[in-house]
Amino acid sequence: MAETTRSVHSQALHSTVVKKVLMALTGLVLIAFLLMHMFGNLKIFIGQEAYNHYAEWLKMDLLYPFLPKGWFIWIFRAVIAACLVIHVYCAAKLWAVSLHGRGSRYVKKKTRDQSLASKIMRWGGLTLLLLLIFHILMFTTGTITPGFTYALHDPYHMFLGAFSVWWVFAVYLIFMIVVCFHVRHGFWSAFTTLGANVGPTARIVLNVLAYFFAALIFVGFILPPFAVLIGLVP
Amino acid sequence: MKITLKVWRQANKGSAGSMQTYQLDDVSEDMSFLEMLDMLNEQLTSKNEEPVAFDNDCREGICGMCGVVINGSAHGRYESPVATTTCQLHMRNFSDGDVIEVEPWRAAAFPVIKDLVVDRSALDRIVQAGGYISVNTGSAPEAHSVPAPKRLADRAFDNAVCVGCGACVAACPNGSGMLFTSAKIAHLANLPQGQPERMLRVKAMIAAHDANGFGGCQNIGECAAVCPKQIPLESISALNRDLIHSLFKGDGKTV
Amino acid sequence: MAVFQKTDSSATDAALAYYTPGADIHDTKAPRGPIEKKWAQRQFGAKLVNPANRRKLTVIIVGTGLAGGAAAATLGEAGYNVLNFCYQDSPRRAHSIAAQGGINAAKNYRNDNDSVYRLFYDTVKGGDYRARETNVYRLAEVSTNIIDQCVAQGVPFAREYGGLLDTRSFGGVQVQRTFYARGQTGQQLLIGAYQALERQVNAGTVTMYTRHEMVELIVKDGKSRGIITRDMVTGEIKPWFADAVVLATGGYGNVFFLSTNAMGCNNTAAWRAYRKGAYFGNPCFTQIHPTCIPVHGETQSKLTLMSESLRNDGRIWVPKKAEDCVKDPRQIPEEDRDYYLERIYPSFGNLVPRDIASRQAKNMCDEGRGVGPEVTEVTQDGTTQQRRRGVYLDFSDAIGRLGKKSVETKYGNLFDMYAQITGENPYETPMRIYPAVHYTMGGLWVDYDLQSSIQGLYVCGEANFSDHGANRLGASALMQGLADGYFVLPNTINDYLASGPYETIDENTPEAAEALASAKARVEKLLAVKGSRSVDSFHKELGAIMWEYCGMERTEAGLQTAIAKIRELREEFWRDVRVTGVNEDFNQALERAGRVVDFMELAELMCIDALHRRESCGGHFRRESQTEDGEALRHDDEFAYVAAWEFGGDGAKPILHKEPLSYEFIELKQRSYK
Repeated sequence: MAETTRSVHSQALHSTVVKKVLMALTGLVLIAFLLMHMFGNLKIFIGQEAYNHYAEWLKMDLLYPFLPKGWFIWIFRAVIAACLVIHVYCAAKLWAVSLHGRGSRYVKKKTRDQSLASKIMRWGGLTLLLLLIFHILMFTTGTITPGFTYALHDPYHMFLGAFSVWWVFAVYLIFMIVVCFHVRHGFWSAFTTLGANVGPTARIVLNVLAYFFAALIFVGFILPPFAVLIGLVP
Repeated sequence: MKITLKVWRQANKGSAGSMQTYQLDDVSEDMSFLEMLDMLNEQLTSKNEEPVAFDNDCREGICGMCGVVINGSAHGRYESPVATTTCQLHMRNFSDGDVIEVEPWRAAAFPVIKDLVVDRSALDRIVQAGGYISVNTGSAPEAHSVPAPKRLADRAFDNAVCVGCGACVAACPNGSGMLFTSAKIAHLANLPQGQPERMLRVKAMIAAHDANGFGGCQNIGECAAVCPKQIPLESISALNRDLIHSLFKGDGKTV
Repeated sequence: MAVFQKTDSSATDAALAYYTPGADIHDTKAPRGPIEKKWAQRQFGAKLVNPANRRKLTVIIVGTGLAGGAAAATLGEAGYNVLNFCYQDSPRRAHSIAAQGGINAAKNYRNDNDSVYRLFYDTVKGGDYRARETNVYRLAEVSTNIIDQCVAQGVPFAREYGGLLDTRSFGGVQVQRTFYARGQTGQQLLIGAYQALERQVNAGTVTMYTRHEMVELIVKDGKSRGIITRDMVTGEIKPWFADAVVLATGGYGNVFFLSTNAMGCNNTAAWRAYRKGAYFGNPCFTQIHPTCIPVHGETQSKLTLMSESLRNDGRIWVPKKAEDCVKDPRQIPEEDRDYYLERIYPSFGNLVPRDIASRQAKNMCDEGRGVGPEVTEVTQDGTTQQRRRGVYLDFSDAIGRLGKKSVETKYGNLFDMYAQITGENPYETPMRIYPAVHYTMGGLWVDYDLQSSIQGLYVCGEANFSDHGANRLGASALMQGLADGYFVLPNTINDYLASGPYETIDENTPEAAEALASAKARVEKLLAVKGSRSVDSFHKELGAIMWEYCGMERTEAGLQTAIAKIRELREEFWRDVRVTGVNEDFNQALERAGRVVDFMELAELMCIDALHRRESCGGHFRRESQTEDGEALRHDDEFAYVAAWEFGGDGAKPILHKEPLSYEFIELKQRSYK
């Protein structure tokens, strides 16, 4: 085995635990990003101007004058993309290790402490990846434009147009349900991996927080499209 | 009571196995699960068939040698109101007419030897990598020269009770041995004697864990749920803390 | 009750029909001089092996318990080439792991007048003056090093808030010298030894062979030169060669079928050594522990011990009237209960020593006042009878006096264990207990160096006979196993190894070839019988005979009957046993068959030893030798010796060598607990 020629330190550095730690750190960044994105979306309730202005500010003005106008968004995108790549890479590696580690299947298997969220973590993650691509193709590149015409400086109307179409809403509903489950286990698992599960109380706190953030993200994300769908947003 | 048993029969490591059905008519509720299997084996022997192979030794829940998956849970944990090893599971937890399915531990790191017997030597190899304190016989200082805080000594004990049965690996959807590994890490890391090698130990044991075909941990918690000795899931978190910490230390760079 | 009439003439010794008297053993190799200097002298006198030469010397160690694991780790650290074998799938499974109570050490941390000398004295007295003074003193002497070593290894002993080690008093002694790790001291000590062992495996000094059972010893020119093992996975029967062989294979309690031993505990390694010339010391000395969970029925496979500490607060009783035995114990009024230990032994009450508590429980049940389910038994006159085998251990007084909470804190884990096994709630109804075979003081005879009567064959831990005499004190088994493994053997075996490496031998050497062929032939013979009865059925029957005739109370006539029955059973075994499967496979029926063969032979020797020892001492109670009050009566004038038995050949009588016990430092006294 190649393993044996490496130093113990190097083996530890390439271990499953380190991959988990990377997943945890990148996962938490992605959760933070989701929260930020969610608060942005909620501006839809304030109105067209606020929403579009926010989008413009994000893309052009943020961190100006520390950075030239328009730079932030690309750095931001690069960081998120890097996190995503690391997250997915580690997940794929760990998935492969686990598939091997499990060996043969049980004829009958019962579980008790395994949450539904943790059960669908990997397939859910894969679903998220596909839906994310769909999302980018819609709102970032404008490749798919159901119910709206792509307008770079008017995301407000893209939003309204898209979510007036019932199936777009349905796709996003699925998207958000899967996100919710992913965050539910991911949040708890990330902190546990980083060593925060220090005792029975911590375990409860982390789980409650995981539920809270999962629910918050779900509600925060689904409210605006839902409002659009039922015509609450003019 | 009458019990229908479906037992995994597999001739050896290489061959394919399958579930075989057996009928037992005279099971008493005071019997332990393994005594029920003894009864099956007596019945098979009288019919000149080969008895079911299963590992067991102390039959008092401490040696860690026994362990089968019963109705889908390791050691039949979900058939019992309390944490248990297979040998301490009693037939009073079942009812007349029940169908009981019995399978071996399944994990890539635990190849089946025969029927319900698996090879768990991978667990020993994890310990060999560093699950000890390097102190030669005779070189120990006087026992009272190093006091150990009671709280930490108790926590060390809570982890030292691991019996190495492998139920955690069997129950884990990933076939991970992280709870086992973390129990040893947490046992030694909570004692003053365990400090000098603490950073090297965690690196070496994780390296051995991964090299022996165990899967990665997903913080699911099935391991702790079936653990007969109730090693807490927190131990895995403690291991992670130590490993992260150790990456910033030079221990093991030249080994 | 008949009172023993002392008979000096050996003409009346019924056992003479079963054995041949041999020469006495006078030299046990202990140095002369004051007892506290002997061990240091021996260490100084023993020849040393140059560290550079150790690698060239191979030592085989069979067993990975406290004695074997500790010895393998220590000899590995010293640099010898160690081959370590066990029948389990991991060295961590050895049955030392099941010991609950604690480990004694003369640290005197309590400032309660404890000392090496007191531990020595208590152990000799507790052993009913049938242990060798020199060995016991050394045991007490190294006891303190054991605690240091274990703490350094990371054994999580119980501690006080100041961070220092807690101790308690155990087994009726008046000093608090017992170190413990909750109720799992054996487990923690074994894991300490296991970790030290795995460290040496990693270092390459020890090679570990799990799932390997020793089935024969190789002896050449009077020297032990290797073993034959059967690989329990593949069935391969194979020789291994070494300069010395160490047996640390535990006790033989499973000769009784039901015992607190693990299912796999067996005497095959020791018995094979016996058959090759190693003497067997005091085989009849077995310890029967009073507080075990009773047998539930025919399918019982083993017995579970509950810590003796329960007798500190629990009261033991049976109904006064036999007809009350089927009643719910809570319905039996106080005046109809017989707290028999408190009645017979007013000063010690429920805390009388193990052997007495056990025998009295048996007496009560024999009178028909036992409780619990009825079990079918074959009586000595051949009829079958239904007997209830259990007595109550009642905590209702303690719960009333201390409160349920307090009882729970002290004994909660034991109560839980009881509830899990029996399905009864001990807080509500009294527990039922009955004695069970627990430990065997007898074992292969060894000298002061732990060397058996075969050169180069060393025996440590429970497998040897040396330190506990006729009865073992609580918390002394762990002490002896670790003392032998860590400190004694590694400082004596060098004396023998210093003359090595011994001449090279291989499988073509006639003695090795013969050992290999005989091991293979034995397996073939077992598989060829193809009879109708399972191995277990023979083992159970053997156990029933031993329990009835060679258990808590032994008689001359009973032991003679037992010998006849064992011979009959052995004959039937070889005619009618059914061993399924083949050798070249994982075959548990075959493993058990091999062990039962040896148990049957050992059982006969145990009965002969019990028959020839016409005195009561420690765990050996002869009905013919008791005081007027029905207590054990020793005969120091006739029996103050170790009975070391030599194999006389198949079908021939064993040869008895006596090793006289001289008590230079401790005065012999008769025990009394009234």
